[in-house]
Amino acid sequence: MAMEITQILLNAQAVDGGVRKHAEDNLKQFQEQNLPSFLLSLAVELANDEKPVESRKLAGLILKNTLDAKEQHRKYELVQRWLALEVAVKAQIKACLMKALSSPANDARSTASQVIAKVAGIELPLKHWPELVGTLLSNIHQLPAHTKQATLETLGYICEEVSADAVDQDHVNKILTAVVQGMNSSEASNDVRLAATRALYNALGFAQANFSNDTERDYIMRVACEATLSPEVKIRQAAFECFVAISSTYYEKLAPYIQDIFNITAKAVKEDEEPVALQAIEFWSSICDEEIDILEGYGADSSADSDIPCFYFIKQALPVLVPMLLETLLKQEEDQDQDEGAWNIAMAGGTCLGLVAQTVGDEIVPLVMPFIEGNIARPDWRQREAATYAFGSILEGPSPEKLVPIVRIALNFMLTALIKDPSNHVKDTTAWTLGRMFEFLHDSTLDSPIITPSNCQEIITVLMQSMKDVPNVAEKACGALYFLARGYEDMDPSASPLIPYFQDILQALYAVTHREDAGESRLQTAAYETLNEVVRCSTDETAPLVIQLVPHIMTELHQTLDGQKLSSDEREKQNELQGLLCGCLQVIIQKLGSSEATKYVFLQCADQMMSLFLRVFSSKSATAHEEAMLAIGALAYAVGSSFDKYMPEFYRYLESGLQNFEDYQVCTITVGVVGDLCRALEDKIFPYCDGIMTQLLKDLSSNQLHRSVKAPIFSCFGDIALAIGENFDKYLIYAMPALQSAAELSSHTLGAVDDMTDYTNSLRNGVLEAYSGIFQGFKGSPKTQLLVPYAPHVLQFLDSIYAAKDMDDMVMKTAIGVLGDLADTLGFSAAPLIQNSISSKEFLRECLSADDSMIKESAEWAKMAIDRAISF
Amino acid sequence: MAPSDHRRPYKRPAISDQQRRRDHSLLRQAQNRLDAQQRARCLASSILSLENPETDSVPDLDSTTGQEQSEVPPKEFDVRQASKLRGVEARRWFARQLMLPEWMIDVPDRLSRDWYVFARPAGKRCFVVSSNGATVSRLRNGSILHRFPSALPSGSRSRDASGTSQSYSIMDCIFHEPDQTYYVIDILCWRGYSLYDCSAEFRFFWLNSKLAESGACGPPSQYHRYRFSLIPVYNCDHNGLSAAYMGAVPYMKDGLLFYNKEAKYQTGNTPLALVWKDENCSQYVIDTDNQGNIPIQQQVVLELQDDGKLNTSDDPPVVFGCLDSDFVHKSGLHSGNLLRFSIGDNGLSFMEERLDKADLCYIGKSNRARAFADSYSKIVFQHMVRHSPLKMDDFLSSITSSDDQENQLNDIEMTG
Repeated sequence: MAMEITQILLNAQAVDGGVRKHAEDNLKQFQEQNLPSFLLSLAVELANDEKPVESRKLAGLILKNTLDAKEQHRKYELVQRWLALEVAVKAQIKACLMKALSSPANDARSTASQVIAKVAGIELPLKHWPELVGTLLSNIHQLPAHTKQATLETLGYICEEVSADAVDQDHVNKILTAVVQGMNSSEASNDVRLAATRALYNALGFAQANFSNDTERDYIMRVACEATLSPEVKIRQAAFECFVAISSTYYEKLAPYIQDIFNITAKAVKEDEEPVALQAIEFWSSICDEEIDILEGYGADSSADSDIPCFYFIKQALPVLVPMLLETLLKQEEDQDQDEGAWNIAMAGGTCLGLVAQTVGDEIVPLVMPFIEGNIARPDWRQREAATYAFGSILEGPSPEKLVPIVRIALNFMLTALIKDPSNHVKDTTAWTLGRMFEFLHDSTLDSPIITPSNCQEIITVLMQSMKDVPNVAEKACGALYFLARGYEDMDPSASPLIPYFQDILQALYAVTHREDAGESRLQTAAYETLNEVVRCSTDETAPLVIQLVPHIMTELHQTLDGQKLSSDEREKQNELQGLLCGCLQVIIQKLGSSEATKYVFLQCADQMMSLFLRVFSSKSATAHEEAMLAIGALAYAVGSSFDKYMPEFYRYLESGLQNFEDYQVCTITVGVVGDLCRALEDKIFPYCDGIMTQLLKDLSSNQLHRSVKAPIFSCFGDIALAIGENFDKYLIYAMPALQSAAELSSHTLGAVDDMTDYTNSLRNGVLEAYSGIFQGFKGSPKTQLLVPYAPHVLQFLDSIYAAKDMDDMVMKTAIGVLGDLADTLGFSAAPLIQNSISSKEFLRECLSADDSMIKESAEWAKMAIDRAISF
Repeated sequence: MAPSDHRRPYKRPAISDQQRRRDHSLLRQAQNRLDAQQRARCLASSILSLENPETDSVPDLDSTTGQEQSEVPPKEFDVRQASKLRGVEARRWFARQLMLPEWMIDVPDRLSRDWYVFARPAGKRCFVVSSNGATVSRLRNGSILHRFPSALPSGSRSRDASGTSQSYSIMDCIFHEPDQTYYVIDILCWRGYSLYDCSAEFRFFWLNSKLAESGACGPPSQYHRYRFSLIPVYNCDHNGLSAAYMGAVPYMKDGLLFYNKEAKYQTGNTPLALVWKDENCSQYVIDTDNQGNIPIQQQVVLELQDDGKLNTSDDPPVVFGCLDSDFVHKSGLHSGNLLRFSIGDNGLSFMEERLDKADLCYIGKSNRARAFADSYSKIVFQHMVRHSPLKMDDFLSSITSSDDQENQLNDIEMTG
């Protein structure tokens, strides 16, 4: 080797930028010239105890980065590259890594652990490194403590890295045995015990069989309980983290242990240091999550696949659990409301209390009321705040019948406290609690409303006054107003009690957005979001006020576009504001565009609005782009075919939105906007279709684009075909193969996991919507004949998803509609094919008798179309 | 110590408004796509009729009513196209879209097997179209009766504008003044699905299952100004006939309507839908004049042709008589005029079930509100009412005898 790698690695960490840059270039060059030799020398460096720890550590990290990457496609490339290396080279590298585990230097061992896990992540699923676990465990009892610790750490990382099916049960048993022995109180080294406890956390997912064995499970639980009593705080914390993981993974096995766990968690919450106490509370939050899920399953469908029964742990623990949590509420930190990242016992306890309320419902109310009553009027702000927070926390879960009478009484008290309480902390929580009241107990369906004509004015007055308070309080007041407005969304808008105050509310919110300190505590965001909600609740009567708002918001947006020099911090804030303003305009466009009278008025500003949106695209912020794109889609829908005039200028942004792989949400939204444009412009979109189709097809063939964008792209094909009709013919040779391969891919669910079923169905739906649009687009054209060759495949696709029996209602509806479209467009020429398909028989019959009216309607349409095609 | 991510929204709502904006947009786009699809599905089947140039031409009412009637009326049409028409054009266009039953002058064969019967409500026959957030009813002459919000699909402006739907529904109704209710007698289009080509059997089935589901049968409210109501439709057997004829209904009856089960919705006069009345089930059996009095002699309205012939509105027309050109000239009449005549003492005489002679006496031009001449069946029905009416007993005996025939046929087949 021409150059001493140690020196290069040290130089790469030099303070001097020039030296660093040079070293980095050297490393890059080396890697490009001879990858195997580069990797091997890194491994050798890492394993060499004579070398400085700094160079060894960096060597390990670089090695690790050659094995894994965040982006899926990059990761795939790296894996292939590793697998392509010569076996001998890989064996040498692995030997070095194993050797490094016994290094006296902690950093070297720890880095080696991580690299081994990465290699294992690639090789274990392929059975390329079968001896790994055996080697690690071969003589674990004889190892010195530091090597034992590194070995356990490595096992933990491996469990984190590979999926459970890549490891034999035999190896799992050995790993668990070693881990649990390492956790045992008889283990003298705290480092070993900590590494073992953390390894257990990762290994739990592998222990399905062991947790089904009573003896083994008892043993694991006992050791974990003992670890919570360790004098070392990190071990106690890690042990409680294990319990949190166990609570979600092995909920159904917990019954015999729950009493003991309650005792040790209660003790920890009361006495232990904060990191430990937080995990102890998290255990109960996690149990709540489980039981809420299970009980939701019960409610939805008693015969559902929920084979886990509810053990009602929370209900049983309620009398002791609730006092324990209420106690935590009094441990607030000063100024926690000003600190975005704050997380402490009081916050965790209140969050858990809210989950408990959701789990048990009405039963929690009598347990919490005495605490609220006893503390709400005390001189100490902590007591008042804790009482208010407790009240706010239990507002979701119990029935309105239970809560409404209490809330009626509390409402006045809260309104007074929001203005008069001397503590900002109390006011913050009070405003939040009011918001929760409106969120959960205020809507038009409730028999006895908490907001009445007699208290409405006071509520609004108090909230508007509170919006002038310090930023964190004002933010919560905006939030309360948001839910107040949303509660009226479902009622007859012209009867909304907000109408008389509409102008005042708009003005107050507008004033908040202009506060100097609006940037603090998300205040500005909250104010704009509330403004949006108020606009959504607008009526014909208040529409003129919304119209007046338009020039103001446009001016604001205009001001953010002035090209002054800004610090990166200021720029970020400005981009955020652009996003909010575009979002606000989007809501206004949707609202005003929905009525002919108001649409005409605001469309007079369409030109200026459009030019502002286009200028937003010059910013670098994905969020701002996304919001501007959404607003443009809404505008296109409102403007209709005369949107044509904006296309020459807008097109390049549309195209770059479609090319945005990194921010795939922008790409998704842009695809959606193409659909809006198709419906607005109809055949006038044709001149832009070459570019759009090219980009969409590129997107589909890219492995960099997030998979969730693919289904919308297929749907978009349908939109385009429907808009341009038979002119779509020139894209058929590209679009049809893409659709066919996606159809084949999605004929059967792409995996056993639930979210794969969802993804498969979304893909199917996209493909079907494309077919639907294409068939309907070609209807009545002589070019219809071009579609005949594709008909067998389409019918086959319908038959196969019917046979797969896992489509959702949406897919069912679209699929049976496609059958109709095919029959409608191809008519007699497809009649024999249709009659031979299963879809036209069983599937159609099933859809005709479906409960879902959308499916039924589509099926009836299909039946008509088929009857017509057959009797032609 | 950071909280696990899902515990983050401390004192914050769980769903951001930004997410709601995204969701609303997606919802709007999905809804718009659905509408576009449905529109395409409906339009698709109407392309044939659009290719017929006569669909677009709007002939002048006064001069070409007769020709217009003789044209093949479009089976289906494009409401979007029609909605662009305004004023007089719109009225004329819509005037041609209703299916007009012939008057029953003899009992059709296989009545009990092939026909439905129901009691026709007294009131204004109209055409109800719901689309784009509004509902409009138009009378037979095309003029607007009501413009109102309804619970029909796209019949009112919904709160969330994201779903402003361009799909439309069309129903054939009778507006019954006393209870301010639209009684739906037929359905032509539902949520953009055309039902023109479907049999009456299917249309009634569809109507029954869809209308109630939409909420349109509910009591009036701010977003649903008039109640819609279904009418009990019976198989035209013994029981069905009696039920339709004598059964209690919430509306005032104006005769019975008979629909052939296989009949598609055909605009203009059709023998596959028939109307019949007697004093028991209608207050308006014998035609009245402009003042509402029953004239001593039957009056008819016929359309003057170029050659002086006087035609009915049928397709093909039936010639009832002829005016000589002097008379036409002297009276300032033109081809296409609708003329009122009374039928003299010699009445109508028939030869082998066809009109042979009519004793016509000229009265004058008809009211300008009239769009069409009388149909042959109407004239004959009115004539029969005055001389030898068709009675309920005739239907019942026809059913009994046809049942016998059916049985006989069956017997023959089985032994053969």
